[in-house]
Amino acid sequence: MKLFSKERPEIPIVNHLKEDGTEWTIKEKLWLGLSVSEYKKQFIRNPVNWLMVFIFAIGVPLIIGRYIFGLGWVTHASNDYPWGLFLGFGLFGMVPLSASGFMLGTTVELFGRKDFHSIERLALLNGLLGYFFAVLFLEVDLGMWWRLPYPMFVSLGPAAVLFLVAWHVATYLSVQIAEVLPSFFEWIGWLKGKRAIRKWVLGLTVAGIILSTLHQGALGALFCYAPGKVHPLWLSVNFQWLHFFCSSIFAGLSMVIIASTLIKNFMAWRCDDEFLDNLDYVTIGMAKGASLAMITYLCIKIVAVAHDQEWSYLLTGWGTYYFLELGIAVVLPMCMFAVGIRKHYVTLIRFGAFIAAFGIIWNRLNTSLICFNWQMYQDIPHWKEVWITITLYSLYFLTYRFIVYRMPIVYEWKGER
Amino acid sequence: MNKLLNRRNFLKGGLATTAAAAVLKNSDTQAAGHFDGYPDSMGVLVDLTRCVGCRSCEAACNKEQQLPEPAKPYDDFSVFDEMHHGQKRRTDETRYTVVNRYDVPEIDHPLFRKIQCNHCAEPACLTSCFVNAYTKTPEGAVIYNPKVCVGCRNCMIACPFYIPTFKFSHAFTPRIMKCIFCYDTRLKDGKAPACVEACPQEALTFGKRTEVLEMGKQRIRMTPGKYVNHVYGEHEVGGTAWMYLSSVPFDKVGLDTHLPNEPIIYSVKDFLAMVPMVLTIWPGLFVGFHLLATRKDKIKELEDAKNKKNDEKEEQV
Repeated sequence: MKLFSKERPEIPIVNHLKEDGTEWTIKEKLWLGLSVSEYKKQFIRNPVNWLMVFIFAIGVPLIIGRYIFGLGWVTHASNDYPWGLFLGFGLFGMVPLSASGFMLGTTVELFGRKDFHSIERLALLNGLLGYFFAVLFLEVDLGMWWRLPYPMFVSLGPAAVLFLVAWHVATYLSVQIAEVLPSFFEWIGWLKGKRAIRKWVLGLTVAGIILSTLHQGALGALFCYAPGKVHPLWLSVNFQWLHFFCSSIFAGLSMVIIASTLIKNFMAWRCDDEFLDNLDYVTIGMAKGASLAMITYLCIKIVAVAHDQEWSYLLTGWGTYYFLELGIAVVLPMCMFAVGIRKHYVTLIRFGAFIAAFGIIWNRLNTSLICFNWQMYQDIPHWKEVWITITLYSLYFLTYRFIVYRMPIVYEWKGER
Repeated sequence: MNKLLNRRNFLKGGLATTAAAAVLKNSDTQAAGHFDGYPDSMGVLVDLTRCVGCRSCEAACNKEQQLPEPAKPYDDFSVFDEMHHGQKRRTDETRYTVVNRYDVPEIDHPLFRKIQCNHCAEPACLTSCFVNAYTKTPEGAVIYNPKVCVGCRNCMIACPFYIPTFKFSHAFTPRIMKCIFCYDTRLKDGKAPACVEACPQEALTFGKRTEVLEMGKQRIRMTPGKYVNHVYGEHEVGGTAWMYLSSVPFDKVGLDTHLPNEPIIYSVKDFLAMVPMVLTIWPGLFVGFHLLATRKDKIKELEDAKNKKNDEKEEQV
């Protein structure tokens, strides 16, 4: 794409009109304004696509196999470890990394920080896709996946935490679709729809905060059902929901920093000047927010140990592992953010964001798999389970890229808005 | 000044009301309900000192529940040495109950313990289920409805006894498999479950939960030194229908002795209570934040409008 965007002035598409004054059709927009042979050429040249082809070549048959031969064929999920990698990574890991939508939505629309405007749409999209794929992971994991709407409409168990998760993720997904739709409407050129949503933006944002607080917390509260199974250091019955909620704040922000870094480095042709020029400034801003959340998180983690009188566990091997997790996953990126913010080392912040995002996934895997059944044996995921997880994540990556290539996410639509 | 006094009065009034509410609070009204179990529910007392590990209960359960034939026959006692991931045998989709052998160094003979669903008074599986697939019947059984289950397996996470199992090998007809106290075929007609009926040693005693509990306590009283002075299941996770008597500490026979005495749902109530608060407080709070954060814009807007008006007036003059 870099090549084409240099050669041809009308590419990338930022306007409804071509150079000669005629309109782009939706089909042409989908093909990025390229001819089929040109599109093929740019597809083949990109090594990432070959990696994707390799992952999918093995992953897709595995997923089909899961629906024919059952979960037992692809996972090590057992009666002792009912939840494996699909939920441990796909649900518990993807959802906090997608807290970005409500974070930036709140910053810009609610707190009126218009200086973060250039990153808002990327954060909203990041949120929407993360949730959507978390649901997809769930669909692979659910035994009777065809009954997904049952908790909504068929048989309701409103006193269960999972009921909250289901309803909140479903409603929040709708809220996020509404929040991302304006970019889509600009792209297809249907301004009526965009203006209609514009009126609702404050309501949608507040709804986003409520739903996020509750279901990020609810994911944590799910583990309160297993007080005897999760290691006490990773489970605080009173504060679990706060731990999950608070850590989702810096997780979401770190994920936007990661996405914007990748886009800046590998998709600069798609970005407009406003996005690129502001990026360092907003990255530092998000790192500030993230480091505040991190120090709060560290404090409430210690409060939980004190509240439950778990000091003696800190001296065991599990305690060392606990310190290792907090040190690498929270303290290290927090220090990197701090130095980066003070000295304006944006690259350091970007590296820190990668570590923080990895740290969140590590924490969720610790809670759901590694420190689960800590007095029993350790479950190790099946290779097929790992491969399917990577395949679904690759699908997430491709969808993400597909949308950012096309819709006005990191650039401003030049035509009628 | 007047305003301040008013506010002070208001605060005083508020405090008085709160205090009154705290004092007058009716002792019958309890937050979020407390359930002690159905009064006439049935239970089973398992006396480990009587069990000889004959596995008759396993065989009876298999037949009654029409479960698949096991790989080894029920008179093959080598199963007691089977280990899986360092764990003794457990319930799975082919067996709702298993008997395990425990070699306890303090005594000269092994002990055997039967595992099955303990049928809690306030079951974790039931309270964690978001499609209401579980029911606690007045007879005491915890039964499962496969027609609404979505297969999320939260009940398996929640069960402190690791009882519900899942048909992981089935893609089209997966379901939870667990002991249902022979509810359909026996319990609802007042009959004892198949395993109890099959026990040749009277290690299992079926009756009203209150009565078998009393019987357990009586056995402890009548034969001093024979039993540990506790009926396991009387209080564990809020009380269970199946209860155990043992001659050695319960952790020696694979029972979790660190379980809370409250139902598992109590660990989740903190969060559940917070939900309506967030739903009701957040909208006002955050719209308030919005108004605060954008106040300068608003003030500027008002001043601009005022200036414009003044300018217009001056022009007219």
